[in-house]
Parts: sequence; structure tokens; C-alpha cells
Amino acid sequence: MKYFARRLGFYILTLWAAITINFFIPRMIPGNPVDSLIAQRRGEIDSNAIKSLDILFGLDKHQSLLSQYWSYLGQLAHGDLGISFQNFPEPVTSVLGSALPWTLGLIGTTTILAFLIGTLLGVFAGWKRGTWVDGLLPVTTFLSSIPYFWLGLISVTLFTGVDSWLPSSGGYDPGLVPGWDFGFIGNALRHSILPAATIIISSVGGWLLAMRNMMVTVSAEDYITVAHAKGLSDRRVMTKYAARNALLPSVSGFGMALGLVVGGTFLVEYVFSYPGVGLQLLNAISGHDYPLIQGVFLTVTVAVLAANFLADLAYMALDPRTRKEG
Amino acid sequence: MSSENVMSAQKSASQQSPDSTTSATSKTGQGNPVLEIRGLSVDYGVGPQAVRAVNDVHLTLNRGEVLGLAGESGSGKSTLAYGATRLLPPPGVVTGGSVLYHPDDGDPVDLLRMTPGELRAFRWSQLSIVFQGAMNSLNPVTTVAAQLTDVIAEHRPKTSKADRMARAAELLALVGIARDRLDSYPHQLSGGMRQRVMIAMALALEPRVVIMDEPTTALDVVMQRQIMRQLAKLKEQLGFSVIFITHDLSLLVEFSDRIAIMYGGRIVEQAPAVELYDNSLHPYSDGLLHSFPALRGPRRELTGIPGSPPDLRDMPVGCAFQPRCPKAFDPCGGSPPPLVRPASDPGRSVACYLHPSA
Repeated sequence: MKYFARRLGFYILTLWAAITINFFIPRMIPGNPVDSLIAQRRGEIDSNAIKSLDILFGLDKHQSLLSQYWSYLGQLAHGDLGISFQNFPEPVTSVLGSALPWTLGLIGTTTILAFLIGTLLGVFAGWKRGTWVDGLLPVTTFLSSIPYFWLGLISVTLFTGVDSWLPSSGGYDPGLVPGWDFGFIGNALRHSILPAATIIISSVGGWLLAMRNMMVTVSAEDYITVAHAKGLSDRRVMTKYAARNALLPSVSGFGMALGLVVGGTFLVEYVFSYPGVGLQLLNAISGHDYPLIQGVFLTVTVAVLAANFLADLAYMALDPRTRKEG
Repeated sequence: MSSENVMSAQKSASQQSPDSTTSATSKTGQGNPVLEIRGLSVDYGVGPQAVRAVNDVHLTLNRGEVLGLAGESGSGKSTLAYGATRLLPPPGVVTGGSVLYHPDDGDPVDLLRMTPGELRAFRWSQLSIVFQGAMNSLNPVTTVAAQLTDVIAEHRPKTSKADRMARAAELLALVGIARDRLDSYPHQLSGGMRQRVMIAMALALEPRVVIMDEPTTALDVVMQRQIMRQLAKLKEQLGFSVIFITHDLSLLVEFSDRIAIMYGGRIVEQAPAVELYDNSLHPYSDGLLHSFPALRGPRRELTGIPGSPPDLRDMPVGCAFQPRCPKAFDPCGGSPPPLVRPASDPGRSVACYLHPSA
């Protein structure tokens, strides 16, 4: 329990630090949103318009940095992340809100799937090392070493086209209205097959290799020999003794990967024009949309921290040595 | 080791085996063997690079007996135990011999020829092992109770969960550990307690043979003594036989009935513990005995053994101990001396040209 409380305290502190940095860094950059808008128009804006923009973005109040910081924290507490420049006057939260489900659905599901498949294969590859299973390794290592954008482009070239069932881009057909009906869900699933497959193909190798190597390391432990000597079935030794211990390092890695899901994967979303957070961030960066960039970073930070916290909890449940009593 | 040396080692092994088989089994088998190791050879690696770690070893364990197996590090004593129980991790390979287990009723079975299923059923129920290094012998992520009960569940699937827990508590009591330790994880136990848990675990299915591979090496002397006393008591109570492997000959002299000394992968001397202590025949046993002080009796000079254990990749020609032996003479450089009953005392066996067979 003490461990739990300490971890929780650590995460809250980290979150505060991240929020604070997220506030100060953009303000240390010279210029302000109005300047960037002026720059976008190449200065062809009259002075009245500039004035009204100043008022709109709250730049006319000339508050001190500290009072700005407090009102920023207050806004955050209300879930207000400001207004997106590019999608003006849409607030950042609603822009993120429309992108998040796509990212979570595609990247989240594939991350979990890749972890499960890779780890399971890794358990077998490590346990049956020296047999034909070893042949898996070079194949998956090769697949995961292909640059993703290339893999994505090749798969688009090979599997999509005028007469192909698989679409080459987007999250759903342009004509459809998003909703919870079979037609739309089926369409969205069809759009996700290719990106999902490419993500899994390129990331399974990493999990497999990590798990296999841990299995090999753990297999040399004395308690594995003891388990064999006890006459336990091979499967039991593999699962309860070897895999159970070999899994521990992968759990932390998985927590990390889950946290990064929210940020989307630029390349995936870029190659397949998938309407997720990654694509939004890419657009935001190219359009100097600071509130949106900040919003995305903040969401990613919170997600990484939350996922790590969950990984910590899982680790605590899996490894009794981390549970310090007293 | 060059391929030529492997050849000559194999040749000599095959030459000497018929003779030593009879001597080892008929001499030491005081009627009632429970485990017989016959002509066991173990290599590390295969092909010309192979290193022979155990060379044509014959060893018989009688019912109710404590057989000590002593030797320096690298003499092959642990390899012998792992090889005989088929627990040797690669690249270890058993290249020859047989390991006969004599059940209380029925015909002897050869461990090395069991199917995987038979072997699984045999393990722990008939022969269990207390491993070297108790620190790492327990699975760190499950409780003591889980590790004590899973082996019972595997071998006696009909027992109820409550029965198994009761048995686990009983086993802990047997080695002097309170039953509330059942829910502990290994890292919450001290080294001595972990070792005792391992001993309790080894007794879970009341096996006929327990192999102990340096069970007390990692412990301090006081704890060592305590555990050895407990073991001796348990042995009287439950009536199992023990193969006790250690480099600590002083411990063996006190606790075992018979001692076999290993050197360079071979058994060089085998004798009842008292006789070996009073009058060792092989110069190597003599050296080992003079490496620790006696508590009682006349003072002896501590000498130790000059030189270092042989390199298994480059074994000396002839007797492996010859380069370090103070009494080496001409025949020692020939072929390795066979393990024979010496003319002076046919009740034991020794592999040394100083003590030719009758």
C-alpha cells in the first residue's frame, strides 16, 4: 500500500511538472498566435483586425505570467484547452474528441494485438529454441526492420486500387455519416484492415524478440531445473515457471507502448490518411496551431502517465518482490 | 581435448568397464541396492570439441544409506547427478551407461531409457533432488505453498486442495518452519529457511532416493550443522536413501555411511566413511583429508594439494591426478588406473597403481 501511495504521488508530481512545462515553453517562444496569423497572411491584415484578434485571444489584458498560469490551470480543471487556430472557432477539446476514437480504435487495438501475438510467439520461440521455431526470428526481425512508411506505401500499392475491396486511405467512405450502425462500422473496419495489418506486422517482431530472449534467460534459472525435476508437465513449467517470470520486463514495455497510443502514429495515419490524433498533430504543426499542439502533447502526457501507472499496478500484481510490506 | 584423446579415453573406458562393473556392484551392494549407476559417461558438447566431464562411473546406492560424493570443483560430481537424472542442460550429453532404479517391488528400471511420460511420473515421486543454491531454486513470483502443492497435484491429481495444503503445512513443520510461512514468497525467507523449504519440497511425495547437491554450501557453518542434523533425523524417520554431493569432506565423514571420491570425471576411491577417514588409499583422498583440521585425535599437518584441478579439455595422459601426485611413479603415465578392489582391503575400491587388485 505504501508503494502504491508513493507511486501515485510520483505520478501526480510528474503530471504537474508536465502541465507547467507545457504552459511555459510556448510562451518562451518569441511571437504570439496573432503574429503567426499575420505571418500567414503575409502581413496583409489591417490594424483593426489585428486589434480584434488580440482581444479574441486574450492578448489585450496584459496579465502577468503568473496570473496567466493560474487561469491556465483553472481552464484545464474545467477541461478547457483553448481554441484551435486552424479549425477556428472550434475548441481544441472537440477537435481532439473527434480524432481520439479513431486513434484509440486503430492503434490501441493493434498495439494490444501485437503485444499478445508477439509475446505468445516469443514464449514458444524461447521455450522451443533450437528447433524449427527459431526460423520465426529472422522473418519477424526482417519485417520489423522495414521502414514503416515504405511498408505502408508498398501495401497501399499492392493491395488497393480501383478494383480492390480494400480502400487506400481514410477512416471511412466520404459519403457516410459516422454513427453506430452496421453499415458504418463495417465500412470503418474495412478501412482499418490495411493499417492494422501493417502495424502488427512491423511491431510483432519487437515483442517476440524481447519475450524470447527473456524466456531463454529465465530457462537457465535454477527454479526451472527444479520444476523439471519435480516432474511437472512441460506446459506447466513453461507457463507457471518460465513465462510467468519472463513476462515481467515486457509488462513495463507494454505500459509504455499503450501510453504512446494516444499520440497516434504519424506514419500510419499519414500514409493511410487516417483521421486520428497523429494526423491532427501533423496538421497542427504545419499550421502553427499552438493550442492544438499543446492539447495533443498534454493528452499524450496524461495518457503515458496513466498507462505507466497501470503498468506499475500490473507489475505489482505480477511480481511480489515489488510489494514492500509495512 | 584433441580427438585422439577422446578416442583413447573411450577405448580405456570400454576396456575397464566389465571389470569395474563387477567390482562396483558386487562389492558395495550389501545385498540391497536402490539406485545403480553403471558406466555413466557425460560429455559437454558433441564431436571433436566434446569434453568428457564424467567418465565411465559406477556407483551404487543401497537402501537406507547415505552415500557421500566428494571432489574439487569441476571434478564432475554435480554433472554426474544431473546426468543420471536426465536434468543436464545442453550442451551436456549422456553418452553411455545406465541408471537402474530398483523399486520396492518389481523389476529395476533404467532412467536413461524411460519415455518422457514415464520419466515425469518417476521424478520426485521416487527420486527427488535438493539443489545447489537454494537462493535461486524457488520460483520468485509464487508462494511457498503453491510450489509445495503443485508437485503433489501433478503426481496425485485425486487429492483435494485442502489435503494438499494440509500436507504442505505438515512438510514445513517437518523441517521446523511455522505454517504461517505457507503464504510467504521466497524473497521473504532467509537463506536457511529457503534451503529447508527445498528439503521439505524434496520430501513431499516420500521418495525412496534423495540427491542432495551441495545443499548447505551457501549457508554459514551453524546453519549447516543444524540442517544436517535435521536431515539425519528425517532420514531415520522416513527411511529414504541419500546421495550427498559436496566438496566438504569433513561434513561427509560425519554424516555419511560410505564415501566416493571423484577426480577428473572418475571415481578414484570408494570406501566406508570411517575407513576412508582413518586410512585413505588414493593419494588424492589423502590430500583432501589433509586439507581440513581434525577436531579430535592427534594433530595432523595441514598440507592441501599442490597444483590445480585438471583441465577437462586437456587431460593428463594416464592417471588424471598424476601431475599433482606426490607418489607418482612409472605406470601412472600409462593408461588411467582402473577402479579395483585392492589386495590389502577387498571391502573397498580404489583406482591407483599403488594399490593393485588382488
